[in-house]
Amino acid sequence: MSYITVENLEVGYDKSVISEKLNFKIESGEYLCIVGENGSGKSTLMKTLLGLIKPVSGQIKKADGLENGEIGYLPQQTVVQRDFPASVKEIVMSGFQARCGLRPFYNAQEKKLALENMERMGITELADQCYRELSGGQQQRVLLARALCATRKILLLDEPVAGLDPKVTADMYELIASLNKEGITIIMISHDISAATRYADHILHIGERVFFGTTDEYLNSDIGKSFVTLQKGGENQ
Amino acid sequence: MIETLSVYLQHKFVVYALIVGVLIALSSSLLGVTLVLKRFSFIGDGLSHVAFGGMAIASVLSLTNKMILILPITVVCAILLLRTGQNTRIKGDAAIAMISVGALAFGYLIMNIFSASSNLSGDVCSTLFGSTSILTLTSFEVFLCVILSIAVVVIFIVFYNKIFAVTFDENFAKAVGTKADGYNLLIAVVIAIIIVLAMNLVGSLLISALVIFPALSAMRVFKNFKSVTVCAAIISVACAFGGMIISILAGTPVGSTIVAVDVAAFAICSLTGAILGVEK
Ligand SMILES: Nc1ncnc2c1ncn2[C@@H]1O[C@H](COP(=O)(O)OP(=O)(O)OP(=O)(O)O)[C@@H](O)[C@H]1O
Ligand SMILES: [Mg+2]
Repeated sequence: MSYITVENLEVGYDKSVISEKLNFKIESGEYLCIVGENGSGKSTLMKTLLGLIKPVSGQIKKADGLENGEIGYLPQQTVVQRDFPASVKEIVMSGFQARCGLRPFYNAQEKKLALENMERMGITELADQCYRELSGGQQQRVLLARALCATRKILLLDEPVAGLDPKVTADMYELIASLNKEGITIIMISHDISAATRYADHILHIGERVFFGTTDEYLNSDIGKSFVTLQKGGENQ
Repeated sequence: MIETLSVYLQHKFVVYALIVGVLIALSSSLLGVTLVLKRFSFIGDGLSHVAFGGMAIASVLSLTNKMILILPITVVCAILLLRTGQNTRIKGDAAIAMISVGALAFGYLIMNIFSASSNLSGDVCSTLFGSTSILTLTSFEVFLCVILSIAVVVIFIVFYNKIFAVTFDENFAKAVGTKADGYNLLIAVVIAIIIVLAMNLVGSLLISALVIFPALSAMRVFKNFKSVTVCAAIISVACAFGGMIISILAGTPVGSTIVAVDVAAFAICSLTGAILGVEK
């Protein structure tokens, strides 16, 4: 059985539908990229997959293997209240909370893993700084490190490279690819179509027209061709 | 001065009051940060009025152990408020205003109609501002206060990481599989308990001050959750203890003295924070 099977899913807020009916499957170990224009409902779809908002209609079936403490998530926007006193380390560690279950404190292994993930994101020196006082890109890396701590089987990323500098962006893509090689399923929303087609093995395009298939199929389809040229054109300007 | 103090301290009830006061201050400061940041402060405010209503009913029924009645009423209202607050923002706010003002009016009304006491305004005043209630607690109430304060502290420590996670980013917590709604419920119930406890110390109108001031003070100086929590607890305990001693020596009302000391601590912390900020 597939990891996640989506059948005739319509997503939206309070019964107002945003997307067309969606049908797709994600197998364990796959790397799916979701692409589409602004406002086409990508983030909404991801929130629906995570169970944060209810589907308007249709079904999401999850395989039994997928349990709490195994999902990592990077939201597109995190609204943090003004003045929230939280250090980088505290936020990264909070990625482990679901896997703790009722255990009150984090164990030594989790602390070590948190340090490793901060190292990977290059935020080790910021560990004791206040989150609110970081730059946008630094904040993004903190939340990525938190998502890495949370994940064990599947990682959902909503525009992970938004706000990152080119070097960290490249590192980020490599890191995600290596996590994927280790067997973690990736679902990523991205506007960077060239990276999407380079790394992902499946593409879901949503918007006025919907496409789901492998990356090769996408590149050879009408919708894929026109979207890729559109972006290339945009980059050349 | 020391002499007056030692005379007072020979009375058992004064010592009890000090112990209970310190414990209440400790437990009420812990959830302050969550309350301030999670927009639960309006629930806290509403609940303190509900607790006043409960107190009115309890005194009309002339219950010896008033907390037995006030506690369940406040907890139930906390759960109700949380539920309504989750639907739509505006409806939730309106519900809170309705319940809190309603409870206040209703409480005063029944106290007025049914009270056998000759000193009605004195009773109302002490319920609102807690002038003497800390010294007149029955030994059972002292026992209950101690148990509840310890329970609040233990719950807070055990769920510290969860409370942080749910306060910081509820959506992430939900997405990765934490039962955020359950923890919100837990937080609401603990807030209700804290409010009923704090009512004994400072009276129902001043509760919010006891809960929120230490957290706000600590947030001026520290920038991470753990230090803020620890600092808020220390400030709260020190202010409550200092306030009680001052009120014994100077004969001022307990509740308002404690809150005045809390305000002074806030001023000092703001100043310290500003100086530290400049040095950076
Ligand atoms: N909380 C909300 N309530 C109601 N409608 C919303 C809400 N959030 C988003 N929408 C609407 O849903 C539509 C899809 O939004 P969504 O955030 O899913 O787009 P997106 O594909 O992620 O876009 P982007 O590329 O800009 O991130 C938009 O038209 C938006 O106006
Ligand atoms: Mg989006």
